[in-house]
Amino acid sequence: MLTALSLMLAGLVLLAPIGVALAGRPLAGLLVHGGSLLAALAMAGCGLAVLIGGALPPEPLGLGAWRPALIALDGLSAWFLLLLGLAGACSALFALAHYGAAPARLLAAYPLFMAGMALTLLAADALTLLLGFEAMSLASWVLVAADHERPENRRAARLYLVFAVLSGLCLVPAIGLLAAGGDLGFAAIRAAPPEGLRAALILALVVAGAGAKAGLVPLHAWLPLAHPAAPSHVSALMSGAMTKVALYVLARLLLDLSGPAQPLWWGVPLLVLGAASAVLGALRANLEEDSKTLLACSTIENVGLIAIGLGLACAFRAADLGALAALAAGAALLHALNHAMFKTLLFLGLGEVLHGAASRRLDRLGGLIHAMPWTAAAVLVGAGAAASLPPLSGFAGEWLLLQALLAAWRVGDLAFQVLAVGVAALAALAAALAAAAMVRLFGMAFLGRPRTPRAAGAQDGPLAARLALLVPAGLTILFGLLPGPMLVLAEAALQRLVRQDVTERASFVSIGVGDGAGAYLPIGVAMLLAGLGAAIWWAVQRRSPPGVARGPAWDCGFAAAPPHLPFGDPLTQPSAAGLGQPLRRMLGNPLLAVHERVSMPPPGDPRPARLDAGFADPSDALLLAPLARLRDAVVGQVERLRDLTLAQCLMLPFGTLVALLALIAWLEAR
Amino acid sequence: MMSALAALLTQLLHLALVLAAAPLVVGGIRWLKARMLGRIGAPVHQPLLDLAKLLRKRPVLAENASWISRVAPYLGAGAALAAAALVPSFARGMAFAPLADLVLIAGLLALGRVAMALAGLDVGTAFGGLGAAREMSFAALAEPALLLAVMSFAILTGTTGLDAIAATFQEGALGLRVSLGLALVALLAVAVAENARIPVDNPATHLELTMVHEAMLLEASGRHLALWEAASALRLTLWLGLLAAIFFPFGTAPAGWAPLGWLAGLLAWGGKLAVLCLALAVFENAIAKMRVFRVPEFLGAALLLGLLGALLLFVSTRLA
Repeated sequence: MLTALSLMLAGLVLLAPIGVALAGRPLAGLLVHGGSLLAALAMAGCGLAVLIGGALPPEPLGLGAWRPALIALDGLSAWFLLLLGLAGACSALFALAHYGAAPARLLAAYPLFMAGMALTLLAADALTLLLGFEAMSLASWVLVAADHERPENRRAARLYLVFAVLSGLCLVPAIGLLAAGGDLGFAAIRAAPPEGLRAALILALVVAGAGAKAGLVPLHAWLPLAHPAAPSHVSALMSGAMTKVALYVLARLLLDLSGPAQPLWWGVPLLVLGAASAVLGALRANLEEDSKTLLACSTIENVGLIAIGLGLACAFRAADLGALAALAAGAALLHALNHAMFKTLLFLGLGEVLHGAASRRLDRLGGLIHAMPWTAAAVLVGAGAAASLPPLSGFAGEWLLLQALLAAWRVGDLAFQVLAVGVAALAALAAALAAAAMVRLFGMAFLGRPRTPRAAGAQDGPLAARLALLVPAGLTILFGLLPGPMLVLAEAALQRLVRQDVTERASFVSIGVGDGAGAYLPIGVAMLLAGLGAAIWWAVQRRSPPGVARGPAWDCGFAAAPPHLPFGDPLTQPSAAGLGQPLRRMLGNPLLAVHERVSMPPPGDPRPARLDAGFADPSDALLLAPLARLRDAVVGQVERLRDLTLAQCLMLPFGTLVALLALIAWLEAR
Repeated sequence: MMSALAALLTQLLHLALVLAAAPLVVGGIRWLKARMLGRIGAPVHQPLLDLAKLLRKRPVLAENASWISRVAPYLGAGAALAAAALVPSFARGMAFAPLADLVLIAGLLALGRVAMALAGLDVGTAFGGLGAAREMSFAALAEPALLLAVMSFAILTGTTGLDAIAATFQEGALGLRVSLGLALVALLAVAVAENARIPVDNPATHLELTMVHEAMLLEASGRHLALWEAASALRLTLWLGLLAAIFFPFGTAPAGWAPLGWLAGLLAWGGKLAVLCLALAVFENAIAKMRVFRVPEFLGAALLLGLLGALLLFVSTRLA
């Protein structure tokens, strides 16, 4: 199977030059995206097969005698490969429908992006992992910059590249420290887990490196800019799969390779940063007025929730609470898969809206449920899951996570207990904020009246695009009803993470915390809701006259709009800023430094009064601005090199050479 | 076999009881409030008459209303009824008891809330959007407060299952605890906010700008309005029943076949509900509705109390 997977990787890499060569012809899009679709399906199939059948031992990857890399597929990588395959298949299907005549840079980078992600997951040695990770970063940078005519996209791509380089800069030394023995294979690293200061350094570097790629606060500034800038199918893949690959790297390096004997505080950074990401992302999602930016902020929230799960798993493992560690890690894995599905669905759905209504801005959409019924229904499922409503998939992961948080007091340390209570409150806050954000997204885009003529004339996409929405919507419902079997499926991955299984806790109909401490039976809940709903419907229909009468909206007696406003007066409809206003005032300060300024013209001046509202992400002021100042200062100093004489210029490389030789001599001497 | 039959029977009796009690609870509170203000007040069963009247009328929908407006009332009422079916009333060990998890009940309440907010946004009117935005925002603070109260219960009893929590509290082995008092205050604040009662919202208001809950229903009529009204009555009954089951668990019949116990439980439940209705009526008559932007402080205080309750538990278990 590994041979097939390596062939698939080679095929994906080969698709890139084919895409460049044929760019501009319809055949190119068909070949590249069709090939990516097949590759994604192969990945999902292999992931599933390994999860059911058992891990594949490492094999060298290469040609003939030249085999520099090791690849393998164990439970953990198989789980994420399944996730990547499912998200990738939906994205490729959407691209087949809408991006047939894409430019060469898009067609070349897309299969490379997929290949980079797959290689990261398949890697069985640290160098291959880094190679895949960097390939993923660079290819996705090209995709973010694909629409480079617009200045904001150029800025997003630049920022994205800076953060990608930062990830690399952190991960390379982290892997160097992990593989201090010199053998980069995972098995060798696992045999010699780090301790003491080395372990602390690795923790800091990996959290910074992989966290920056996943979008953990405070290194999230690029995400709300870069994810919307890319074409919709790429946004879906970046939010749905790429952040998960980063979390996979995090889990692989911190939970698997660093060994099970890490102390309690090992999980604390992940818990704190995860909770901060969850709240900040969910709150920003309530304030953003661009639909794809809103979804990107919701991704920050969900990445935070998954990080909380991983951090809890670390802490439970350190406290010898194996069953709870499995619960927390299971929550993280389940939520990762569920989020990949519903976020892919939401990005593709809003991409369909962008095609149909030609806008991403919520204030230019509205009423699309009439014009795009299929898209609206699919997005409603995704929004319900993102709002963690039972019995959809988002609720299952969140239920497990909250149960793990509610049991966190069993770790005997008082400081940790206090922290866990705080994190539980923040996680619940984030979930409720996400529900508000999803209601706002769906309400603004699909409900109400059209806010522009273009929104009134939108249409559903072609069959392939519709399928690309209906497949993840179906999977979102299915995973929501069957979290127990999914958890059993994830067992091999859990074995890798916490060396504990969950078999006795998860059955076909239920997942339980164990020891009688609460259980969730999604099928029962769905049947209860359906049964009671049907009974109510039957009882009401019997007593009530059939059908409905139609009339103008009541709206507390507002007068009908003038004839030049065919969809009613737009000012009587809530705006994106208006729907976000209560939360902006309630929670915006001091977290997001929101400001509102009313500029009232003096009496007699016919100009309208204006209300300007906005917010600033704390990472801009606290992280990016100082870094930009530091960069300017460094550049100012480096500029002085231009004034050096020729002799001084020659001295520089010579001095460097001598210093490097001295370093090598010193290393040899040790 | 016998126990399964008993469980099914208690569940069906409970459902019928809750359905019958919900309009009476709403009507009873209205009647009590009116009497306290020196008015005669409408009879206690007035909400039933209102529901019957609304059911007879054909709903009028706005021209641009979508299927959301037609489906959401059923979803909202279904979610409220499902949640109400899980909260034990006169006896424990009902057929759906394995489902009755407090986190799930919070999820079902959220489902009903989202259904109502979407219905409010469906036609694209100013007040619908206003109400939806405010309702979702208040919930953002109410949900963490609820979860922290649940956390106190989970630490004390080792479970989030409502049946087991109620049983443990009824045994009384835990005794009176400060944390439970704090959790009670937090839950009361959450209950007031979730049910759109004074001081967070006024269920009898006719001033659109101050509405939260009613603002989303301005476009609903006929059977749809009847369903929304029924859902909100069920939700109120559910919250009163939840408070009774957790904090005043005496008198509830244990699981199994026990007709006499059921009768005693029924009387106890009715008494508890009546006392809670009276307390709510007194409370609502005694204070005024607060400004919308004071509500976050109110719910924030509930959140802090919940936090304090959980933290006190850690400290006290450490000292003991």
